[in-house]
Amino acid sequence: MATQERKIPGPETNPETKPFWEAAAQGRLLIKKCAPCGRVHYYPRAICPFCGSDQTEWVTASGRGTVYSYSVMRRVPTPYALAYVTLEEGVSMMTNIVDCDLDAIRIGQPVTVTFKPTEGGPPVPMFRPA
Amino acid sequence: MTIKGKAYIGGIYEHPTRKADDKSLAQLHAESARGALEDAGLTRDDVDGYFCAGDAPGLGGLSMVDYMGLKLRHMDTTETGGSSYVIHVAHAAEAIVAGKCNVALITLAGRPRAEGMATGTAPRNYGASPDAAFEYPFGPTVVNQYAMAAMRHMHEFGTTSAQLAWIKVAASHHAQHNPHAMLREVVTVEDVVSSPMISDPLHRLDCCVISDGGGAIVVVKPEIAKSLKRPRVKVIGAGEAPKHQMGGRVDLTYTGAVWSGPAAFAEAGVTPADIKYVSIYDSFTITVLITLEDLGFSAKGQGGKLVADGNLISGAGKLPFNTDGGGLCNNHPANRGGLTKVVEAVRQLRGEAHPKVQVKNCDVALAHGTGGSLGTRHGSATLIMERE
Repeated sequence: MATQERKIPGPETNPETKPFWEAAAQGRLLIKKCAPCGRVHYYPRAICPFCGSDQTEWVTASGRGTVYSYSVMRRVPTPYALAYVTLEEGVSMMTNIVDCDLDAIRIGQPVTVTFKPTEGGPPVPMFRPA
Repeated sequence: MTIKGKAYIGGIYEHPTRKADDKSLAQLHAESARGALEDAGLTRDDVDGYFCAGDAPGLGGLSMVDYMGLKLRHMDTTETGGSSYVIHVAHAAEAIVAGKCNVALITLAGRPRAEGMATGTAPRNYGASPDAAFEYPFGPTVVNQYAMAAMRHMHEFGTTSAQLAWIKVAASHHAQHNPHAMLREVVTVEDVVSSPMISDPLHRLDCCVISDGGGAIVVVKPEIAKSLKRPRVKVIGAGEAPKHQMGGRVDLTYTGAVWSGPAAFAEAGVTPADIKYVSIYDSFTITVLITLEDLGFSAKGQGGKLVADGNLISGAGKLPFNTDGGGLCNNHPANRGGLTKVVEAVRQLRGEAHPKVQVKNCDVALAHGTGGSLGTRHGSATLIMERE
């Protein structure tokens, strides 16, 4: 069973995304919702990519989703699974599938968020089988 | 305004080096420029427009303009990764139509092989890019991002590794005739699917080569084209389109070619059925398959059947592609394959491709570039050219 033990580089935060990473440190996954148009988006921005409004607000996502696609990187010292997970809220996010047999990952598989520590930065949202 | 028939490809050059330990990056650009101008029968003094992208050393195009001693009245450093140079041809045509230049020079060069770059397997961090914090920690590399597109295509449409392998097989059939190609050995579907897995479902032989090299293109106005002693190839249509994650509505089953293709076909007044030869950016086998679908050479999801059974092999199949061996076998200078796609299409239209792969009566050809990543964001560019 290949496992995820890769060293995770810490994300660089900035004023626009600071709340996301502060929530991540508390184990909460935030996404952005636009007040005027009502749509959620990811990655989070101050300006809605759908309607251009600056009236966007942070909302806490369920942390539940399904695997949209994935690929297990083999030609590295520690194989790992890059993936897009589609959240229940409708947005897909790039992530890793972890804490599982990498060979058993499947598209459509239900997964749930788990925050993993990084080197020199806040924890990042990854997903494990639900 | 249209560019149809109002600009010609006057000169082309593909640098023969595949490992440039003994040359500088600027030198490779300048040698490529010399080659294309010589091919056209023009000189450096004729150049009044210059186009380059992120592979050029220095600030934008300024350092290369300085190095080559050019005196210009038009510059364009549009950067969309490997598709930049396909866009440059279109932008050069637009500039010529607008009277901003008469002779446009486009250069590309790179030394990733000499520099030992882990092109496909190391994540690239684009620094202050707004997406970086939400992607880089997860280890996105060139290979595993394209692999996710392949995985999803297989899931939705039943595309198989064997079908993808046929794209590499066809490229290898062509590369055997190219003395400059890095990989000249003809391979089989079995060779491809049994090569080491790099990132599921892409095997080593689904990936393009890593090479040094470069190339250049000279685009000229009609009056100048008619004065040159080269077969005339004119630009008749172009389209460019970015595609991205759409705020999280990620769909990896198509590319920006769904927009750049129809725009180019509409301007040219032709359809996929009129195209005798295609140069399709082949960073990976999956790139070719999805692009051909998006350009309308098959219905969405049917690309696997289109590329299988040798259908892309010149002389054997219905849709000859990348007759120089492409990025999969010939070269991929600077990790950017758009320029060489245009070059081989021009060779085909001139009747100057290798006799073993020359397409008969090749009067209309298409070159398509994909720059960036199918897995996140990329720039698609389609160019249609006609022999006069």
